[in-house]
Amino acid sequence: MGSLGTIIGTWLAGFLTLAILSFLYKDNPFYKLAEHIYVGVSAGYWLIYIAFFDVKPMLWDTFVSETGVEKWIILIPGALGVIMLSRWFPRTAWLSRWPIAFTVGVGAGLGVTANVQGYVVPQIRATMLPITGLNLVSLNNIVLVVGVVTTILYFYFSKPHKGILGGAAKVGIVFIMISFGASFGYTLMARISLLIGRLYFLLSDLLHVID
Amino acid sequence: MKRTVPLIITFLTGFFLVVSFFVPHEPFGALEQRLLVWFAIVSGFTMLLGVDSLIRSHVRKVAGRRPGWWHSVALLIGLAVTVVTGAIGFSRFGSPFHMQSPFMFLYTHSIIPLQGTMFALLAFFIASASYRAFRARNTIATLLLVSAVIVMLGRIPIGAAISHFFPAAQEWIMDVPQLAAKRGIQIGAALGAVSMSLRIMLGIERSYLS
Amino acid sequence: MPEIVRKSFWERLNDIDRRIIFLILLVTVTLPLLLDLGGEIPPTSPVIRAHAAVEGLRPGDHLMVSIDFDATSAPELMPMLRAVLRQAFAKDVKVIMLGHLAIGLPLGHMALEQIAAEYDVEYGVDYVDLGYRPGFQAVMIAMGRSIEDVFATDYQGTPVSELPIMQNVRSYDDVELLFGFEHGAVIDYWVRYTQARFGQKMAFGTTAVMAPDAYPYLQADQIEGLVGGLKGAAEYETLIGRPGLGTRGMPAQEWAHLLVIGFIVVGNIGHYFTRKKREGGR
Repeated sequence: MGSLGTIIGTWLAGFLTLAILSFLYKDNPFYKLAEHIYVGVSAGYWLIYIAFFDVKPMLWDTFVSETGVEKWIILIPGALGVIMLSRWFPRTAWLSRWPIAFTVGVGAGLGVTANVQGYVVPQIRATMLPITGLNLVSLNNIVLVVGVVTTILYFYFSKPHKGILGGAAKVGIVFIMISFGASFGYTLMARISLLIGRLYFLLSDLLHVID
Repeated sequence: MKRTVPLIITFLTGFFLVVSFFVPHEPFGALEQRLLVWFAIVSGFTMLLGVDSLIRSHVRKVAGRRPGWWHSVALLIGLAVTVVTGAIGFSRFGSPFHMQSPFMFLYTHSIIPLQGTMFALLAFFIASASYRAFRARNTIATLLLVSAVIVMLGRIPIGAAISHFFPAAQEWIMDVPQLAAKRGIQIGAALGAVSMSLRIMLGIERSYLS
Repeated sequence: MPEIVRKSFWERLNDIDRRIIFLILLVTVTLPLLLDLGGEIPPTSPVIRAHAAVEGLRPGDHLMVSIDFDATSAPELMPMLRAVLRQAFAKDVKVIMLGHLAIGLPLGHMALEQIAAEYDVEYGVDYVDLGYRPGFQAVMIAMGRSIEDVFATDYQGTPVSELPIMQNVRSYDDVELLFGFEHGAVIDYWVRYTQARFGQKMAFGTTAVMAPDAYPYLQADQIEGLVGGLKGAAEYETLIGRPGLGTRGMPAQEWAHLLVIGFIVVGNIGHYFTRKKREGGR
């Protein structure tokens, strides 16, 4: 698409950007139009993606290029995928439980080992920190260990938070609040960055007032 | 039968994958690989369910001329145009994702600005919320507020210009108390995920079958 | 005659129309962009570690780049993606791109083609885009045994067996470093399903929202480095000596932070005086 296409595209992008931003003044038909276009175009993209990155390379191309048993075995996941769509019809909707059960079973089976091997064990190992003397590193290590333990204890609701457990939970909430404050700061940074990105587009690509 | 077979499928696939984690040798390794590829194929089809229900609800809205039906027309036109441009891209360039294809033109000049701007609105709302709702009502809320301000100042050059305390404090907050709390929360979440996975495999948790 | 209750200055300030707040923010972020006040941002340890991980690659090594974001996070992640690609191509490192978020993959491809054009590199020989496959963790684990089992073709449908870059790349054993660009939970999948299981070295660029959640991985040495948010992108650009949109956006970020801190302070002062007046009135 040549420079005319680029100009048309930039103005289309500019119109859609301003239509969404107009919501800040108040809800209006332009915003609703842009919002609905967004949903429709996104849904269309998903259809194309699934067709081109799932069905074609993993099912169709495999079926066409493979020989022997491999050629026919690939029909099994294809059939499961099609059976998933039986959800559209109330009388056959129960069949869709089979592929769903398959995907849920795979997810569960992978998750059991991955969460332990990939998170619980290495993170607990990383919390076993040394105290090497009266220095800042040791102090930080103590604070970190106390923070991890008291945070976990805060979320232990099987016993009332009284006595030692209550005291530990109170310490835990201090750590949690500090963490939430830090997360707020970072979240603000992220949201402002998104605004910077869109404003940069408007000022640079659309209005050409900056490079 | 209608619920028993799926429960058996869930148990067998889940259990097999746990076993193949510990026994990667043949035939478990090859069979595990096959199941993973099948999972990738089947999970793509779940997207179609969402798109279908979207199309149905908006077609019903247009057919019934319900309030705002012309927005639904815009949605359906957007969807149709995208699919058509994808097909054109595939037929002309061999791939809808060729940079010259009309599909990529639509992506660059509609999806990117729409997605980006939709989330850019959040900057305004978070600023408004900071002014109206972020209150130091008690000690705990004050702690949150102070931590947020230190991190916000520590992440910008002017914070270092005001005092080296801010970037140093920001780094300490991220490396020690924040990390500790996140680790504690996520250890709990990971153990919860393991527990839920086992409940699903053993058929105790069946909500996915509804 | 009913008593007319006059609102105090602080009460009126507390009840200000939020559209005025929006306008103040808009002006505060726009001005630094117009004035182009960008400057170098001193790098911090997590970013230095990420940069060092890429810098430690040798010519001919393979860098797998995972595009796990979309346009909602592009302003933060695209600058760091470009910086990493520039660093990789300058070191003659082979780049293998793929993604787990279908709707964001074209962004990665655009950056790849844009940066590749700056260097003497050829598609299929020095870099490749394998595209997207649904399945997240299943795809990640399957690649540990055979990448071709899930990515038999690249993003354009060309068989990977026909691409020179993929001739000696069978699995993670042939990938020296994975650099993921993340805006959601996919980073957890990468670490839990790939780093833990296969020992794959990995570094990440994340949105500022996700960065705090990734610090435990960094401290546990499960990941080599972490580039967080627009500031992280600006730091990375400083490290490679090529300022870009990350550096350009930091002054706007700075002013916005100061503005929001001001909002918080003024809001709390107003709340204090308003509460005091209400308590005094009882």
